[in-house]
Amino acid sequence: MSRSRAVVYPYIPNSVPQVKQQMLEAVGAESTDDFYEDVPESLRLRKPLDLPPPLLSEYALKRHVEGILSKNKTCGEYLSFLGAGCYQHHVPAVCDEINQRGEFLTAYAGEPYDDHGRFQALFEYASMMGELLNMDVVNVPTYDGYQAAATSIRMAARITGRGEALVPDTICPGKLSKLRDYCQPAVEIKLVDHERQTGNLDLEDLKAKVSGRTAAVYIENPAYLGFIETHGGEVSSIAHESGAQFVGSVDPMSLGVLTPPADYGADIVCGDLQPLGMHMQFGGGQAGFIATRDEERYVMEYPSRLFGIAPTRVDGEYGFGDVAYERTSFAVREEGKEWVGTAAALWGITAGVYLALMGPQGLAEIGEGIMLRSRYAVQQMSKLEGVQAPVFQGPHFQEFVVGFEGTGKTVEEINHGLLVRGILGGKDLSKEFPELGNCALYCVTEVHTKADIDRLVEALGEVVS
Amino acid sequence: MEDITRHRYEEGKPRLRRFHQARWDEPIIFELSRQGQRGILVPEVEDEIRDQVGDAMASLPDYMCRKQPPGLPELSQPQVLRHYVRLSQENLGTDVNIDVGQGTCTMKYSPKINDALARAPKVADLHPLQDEDTVQGVLEIMYRFEQILKEISGLDRFSLQPGAGSAAIYTNVSVIRAYHAKRGEGERRDEIITTIFSHPSNAACAKTAGYKVITLYPDEDGYPDLEALKVAVSERTAGLLITNPEDTGIFNPRIEEFVNVVHEAGGLCSYDQANANGVLGITRAGEAGFDMCHFNLHKTFSSPHGCGGPAVGATGVAQELAGFLPVPVVDFDGQRYHLNYELPDSVGKIGPFYGVVPVVVKAYAWAMSMGAEGLREVAEIAVLNNNYLLQKMLEIPGVCAPYARGKRRIEQVRYSWEELGRETGVHSEEIGLRAADFGVHYWTSHHPFVVPEPCTLEPTESYSRDELDEYAAILAHVAREARSDPELVKTAPHNSTVHTIDPTPLDDPDQWATTWRAYKRKVQQHEE
Repeated sequence: MSRSRAVVYPYIPNSVPQVKQQMLEAVGAESTDDFYEDVPESLRLRKPLDLPPPLLSEYALKRHVEGILSKNKTCGEYLSFLGAGCYQHHVPAVCDEINQRGEFLTAYAGEPYDDHGRFQALFEYASMMGELLNMDVVNVPTYDGYQAAATSIRMAARITGRGEALVPDTICPGKLSKLRDYCQPAVEIKLVDHERQTGNLDLEDLKAKVSGRTAAVYIENPAYLGFIETHGGEVSSIAHESGAQFVGSVDPMSLGVLTPPADYGADIVCGDLQPLGMHMQFGGGQAGFIATRDEERYVMEYPSRLFGIAPTRVDGEYGFGDVAYERTSFAVREEGKEWVGTAAALWGITAGVYLALMGPQGLAEIGEGIMLRSRYAVQQMSKLEGVQAPVFQGPHFQEFVVGFEGTGKTVEEINHGLLVRGILGGKDLSKEFPELGNCALYCVTEVHTKADIDRLVEALGEVVS
Repeated sequence: MEDITRHRYEEGKPRLRRFHQARWDEPIIFELSRQGQRGILVPEVEDEIRDQVGDAMASLPDYMCRKQPPGLPELSQPQVLRHYVRLSQENLGTDVNIDVGQGTCTMKYSPKINDALARAPKVADLHPLQDEDTVQGVLEIMYRFEQILKEISGLDRFSLQPGAGSAAIYTNVSVIRAYHAKRGEGERRDEIITTIFSHPSNAACAKTAGYKVITLYPDEDGYPDLEALKVAVSERTAGLLITNPEDTGIFNPRIEEFVNVVHEAGGLCSYDQANANGVLGITRAGEAGFDMCHFNLHKTFSSPHGCGGPAVGATGVAQELAGFLPVPVVDFDGQRYHLNYELPDSVGKIGPFYGVVPVVVKAYAWAMSMGAEGLREVAEIAVLNNNYLLQKMLEIPGVCAPYARGKRRIEQVRYSWEELGRETGVHSEEIGLRAADFGVHYWTSHHPFVVPEPCTLEPTESYSRDELDEYAAILAHVAREARSDPELVKTAPHNSTVHTIDPTPLDDPDQWATTWRAYKRKVQQHEE
């Protein structure tokens, strides 16, 4: 690139050479080098960084980035049946309208005065999640559902003073990896077997493994493999009889129709907010929630910020602030509970907008609609020769495992066949759960029409035959 | 005809703004609810599906069917929109204010084009488990951005997965732990060293991962104390987590010696570069001998802060640690990009999928819009702005910049209002709340307040000289008010969205309420 004069950068007001010179003179410096006198010569980079040439105009930049991104094929262009922790739901336009507003998008750590709106929006988010979960305390979101689960287990360990957690062996292996990394050395993660037919937690195995060392019994509903865990009440009793905390991870999208875990005994509830108004974004729309009852022993174990409501010196004016701030690492560094920092607040605000738009009726309707559609998909797929749908015999929410052992084809081959037909088949589980054989995790949501499902079944029929 | 502008200037300088923030006195959203209203309708299920499937809930045990619908508010769509737009107006984001008052957080301009690129369907509508052939574009961006970070840091491999700076610190600690465990020294090396002017998460993450934390305090000149480090290291040292320049804006000139001392003791060194704004293209982690570092893409690399995320803490390591990074990383074979899960010593998965990819897209676009010269210009102007503001600040009676007196600073300064406080009884926090009356945000500092009555200002490259003058003029004005009318300052804010908050309920288990339902219940209990 040839250039004869200094660039004035649109994002850098003082990059105008005369201004720069005047400011240097104002502070008595000869050059900006003067400011780096503490950087030893041996550490100075005396050559330009070896980077691609810049795209100085906004148009050139746009063309470049869009050019690369145009190589992607989206779930709008293809018909997708992928889920496994990231879900294609309709995102209401108002959700995007709110989270794109610069006042929210570029706020950060303002005080409850100059950022009153951020505090109120996140308090309301927590309040609506509280209604959905039937819990009184909800945190400002953490990174994702993995982190929420890991922290829930560590909270349980601190509450009980114990060092083991029991989790179902149907858990996503990636999440299990996270739990093991994050909980060591405080908590050892042990797996509990599942019933082969339903996928439900094996209560006999749970009873055999639960003990006075158990800090938490953790279940997921719906499970990673799509089925609805129907032993929640029994799991709760077994956990509580041994003095353990019962931790339930839940898909919030299911709670218009399914009973929230708190109602069958969960002490700590966690999960991922992505279904509630976040685009999939290649997995970039995740955010984690944690909820408990409003008891001091729970509240004091949250690492996250908790925003509470408070009066101001003007009658009737709502104010907000941090609840029990002294428990956080912001206040007391390593003496705090785990750690807190920037995470996923904007997605919390967005989830609040989503819940406000949907209301109780919207969530009930979407939940029922999803269950009807996924059930229909199961019924239609099960008509195909060699296809087992679902693998687990029991109720499902939006996801279900489909077995292809009888087709003589691998999931990889089947998904390739679907891909050339413009369809993204379910997640291949044959490596994660080899004991299930050749199978895949399919997801059907409210975005799928009957015609979409019929198209999938027809294509599958062609591919497996 | 009157010249209106005449009243806007005094001796050629603009007067302070007669600012008033939006004050909607907005109800809590539940108060706006009226039974039966709908905010959005969901897609209808076709009759054929209903006819075939029948009762969707029939297969469920009765207790799993929700009996009480969730007590969510019922609002029409325009009400929801207006409510949230009003709340949005009650914030002072970087798009609105001269956001130099949140030092350590690099509140720079987040270019709008980058937001537009990242929210396009070609990013928004990608499922993370799609066939790799259908996501070559986004993988290419991730790969290219990693190459940029490698060059900026002088390190060899990056993970873009951690969800912000603290998650990156935790990831680095996890890598340190795995490294020593592999060498059979995991149990013995149970201490991590950091400094008091490094972000609190360095200490907190180390503790969470099971380490004993040793915190070094500065020497008399404000530099991290090398002699104290030499005393602290031993065969128990697992690693050093350190920021440079520290929160004081002072660059540690002996950083190589710090690294060497820890290396000689067998520990690893992690460079917290959450905020690298002042040293882009100036100095790198690699040359100083660091084994790892992290960059906050929502700070140095301009992606918006989002009220506190979503964000990315990109974690970089030297070659010998590359195998310990979280999986997957993005590889390129010359023709095709792919997700590589085969790292021999990986700490495993640290979150679902691949991190906050849209933030990576924004950061990539930003870096590409700047280039090597532009990144260096960012650093130089950020540092020039900071030293310019430093000079303006030191003209205000009652404030000082402790440590390294008379020296320049890098990208930020931790100031102290101790003298003003002693004279007037006005605290730093109160100065900040009064500053809000003029439309700017101000933050004290991380705890503990080693510097008394602190504030930390970081002008970044994004504010003009006039804006820096305005910010300094506001603080000068507030400092004068602290002397002439301290009550006015102590009862601030006056022009903000709300007035002085009574914090009593926030630390009282009988009164605190993080949800509306808890609040209503406690109020009712209190009344009974």
